[in-house]
Amino acid sequence: MSKSAQTPAAFAEPAPNASRPRPPVIAMRNVTKTYGVGDVEVHALRATTLTIERSDYIAIMGASGSGKSTLMNILGCLDVPTSGRYRLAGIDVSQLDGDAVADIRNRRIGFVFQSFNLIPRTTALANVEMPLVYGGMKRAERRELAVRALTRVGLDHRLHYVPNQLSGGQQQRVAIARAIVTNPAMILADEPTGALDSTSTAEGWRSSTSSTSRVAPSWSSLTKTRSPGTRSASFASVTD
Amino acid sequence: MNLESIQMALRGIVANRMRSALTMLGILIGVGAVIILVAVGAGSATKTRKSLEALGSNTLTVSAGGFGQGNRGGTQSRNLQITDADAVALSDKLQAPDIAAVVPTITGGGSVTAAADGASATVGQFLGTSEAYSAVRNAPVEAGTFFTAADVSNHASVVVIGTTVAKNLLGATGDPNSLIGQPVQFGSHSLTVIGVLKTKGSNGFQDQDDIALVPYTTVRDNYTGNTGTISQLIVQASGGNATGPAQTEITTILQARHKGSTANSFRVLNQASLLQTANANNRTFTVLLGSVAAISLLVGGIGVMNIMLVTVTERTREIGIRKAIGARTSAILSQFLTEAVLLSVLGGLLGIAAGIGGSRFNIVAVQPVVQSYSIILAFAVAVAVGLFFGIYPASRAAKLRPIDALRYE
Repeated sequence: MSKSAQTPAAFAEPAPNASRPRPPVIAMRNVTKTYGVGDVEVHALRATTLTIERSDYIAIMGASGSGKSTLMNILGCLDVPTSGRYRLAGIDVSQLDGDAVADIRNRRIGFVFQSFNLIPRTTALANVEMPLVYGGMKRAERRELAVRALTRVGLDHRLHYVPNQLSGGQQQRVAIARAIVTNPAMILADEPTGALDSTSTAEGWRSSTSSTSRVAPSWSSLTKTRSPGTRSASFASVTD
Repeated sequence: MNLESIQMALRGIVANRMRSALTMLGILIGVGAVIILVAVGAGSATKTRKSLEALGSNTLTVSAGGFGQGNRGGTQSRNLQITDADAVALSDKLQAPDIAAVVPTITGGGSVTAAADGASATVGQFLGTSEAYSAVRNAPVEAGTFFTAADVSNHASVVVIGTTVAKNLLGATGDPNSLIGQPVQFGSHSLTVIGVLKTKGSNGFQDQDDIALVPYTTVRDNYTGNTGTISQLIVQASGGNATGPAQTEITTILQARHKGSTANSFRVLNQASLLQTANANNRTFTVLLGSVAAISLLVGGIGVMNIMLVTVTERTREIGIRKAIGARTSAILSQFLTEAVLLSVLGGLLGIAAGIGGSRFNIVAVQPVVQSYSIILAFAVAVAVGLFFGIYPASRAAKLRPIDALRYE
């Protein structure tokens, strides 16, 4: 599998700009990821270079097995590249130890997982609060932020429901609320629409992204989807 | 983070109620068993001490026949008898400065049946003795009087009875005191009841209240015949530290008085040494019981580890989610460690409650005495066990890589 990402705007090298010295949200250079060793070596990513600026809204597309998930996992600091450099908001992630990477995941990245990955037997409110707990925020403050995030996704009437009392769409919106509650530098959504019908997908995704652009216009949303969403500004195609 | 991890751990425990309850049960039983069994050990020590104290303080008993030779029907006891003259010799302050009092006792010939108003009962102990018995044996009368030196020298036909004897004659509801002044048939002779002894209860071997005390002169006249021999001498030493010297004096005097006798010809039982032996036995007993309980506590701890390992495996995905949203290694470690410790702390607290509750009941006729050190020790060990057996599962959880944990099905 090889990988080449070329789409105008998003994947072009950022032009040096004196008026905007802030680094791009994502700057990946020659990142490779290899699974296994010797004969069974599998190259999931081969010399991938990717730059994403603030406020970009990117969809990554590609055939099954083309390395989308691997790319997402590395972007999300869940996995480490075999070689290459990855800077997230100017920070070289590969130089950091486990706790520092955990802090990056906590403060700068919001995940919306394919299967939502809510913590079972835990209320929606507690789920959304959890990143703030790990961020060391005071109880009253984080309660308020969590309620606000859930309100933004239209779930203020389901605060104390546990995941299996919620519909799929509602679970997804809890996951979105959990991703945006920390006000992260970017939101990574791994096939957020894959498991749902189009109506609830649109509902959930609109509620998060519309408020995203309104509340924090400098965020980047990065979504990976099989069918291009209507609001995707740019597409990155991933090919074998 | 501390309060947070406690809340998180509590949530984890509540989410798996059944499993948590069973795990805690293991710790509960361990801690409860330590407390109860140590309390039983302590209770039995107290009981032994009390029953030995009831025999009178600083007393020694002297009887013919050595240890292991049998003083009934054995050749030794037939050849060697303690006599009135021996009692007089032991009372000599010059020869035996450490002896305060000498009390002869004569066991009546065979079993004696008491009878009054148509009721009859065999008396457990029918004992001829002197007036000093009451003070030396710590047997005061509840009502009436003990017989006097004059009664002894006058061969008076009087008797002081224990409450069991009185109850046997009157029925359980009868007032023992109503027997005072009444004649009661003891065997072939009628004796006047002049006193009723204070209730002593059982000493673990026999009912100490099933007793009738009669002047030994009277016993010789009417029951055993005037042989001049004494079944057993009760010797009171002059003080707590004098029992050792008194024992030596007894052996020396009796050996000098009986030709051909050895130190083993007489059996001298020293209350203090009996108490020491009993205490040593009780300590061993307590340690033994405590060890058994400690093992069950250890098993409970292994249960905690087992459950925590299962929990970690089962919640691998959850651990992955937590790490993905920014939980540090230390946060995961403390969450699961707190959960393990909390399980054993809760189990330990319940165990303390169960231990104290269980110790309120009589166990094999012993009233347990709860020892505060056993509570503290058992609880501390329970917490330590939770910590020790929680570390491995917790560190296994903390070391999981987020990507692997998330992929875990």
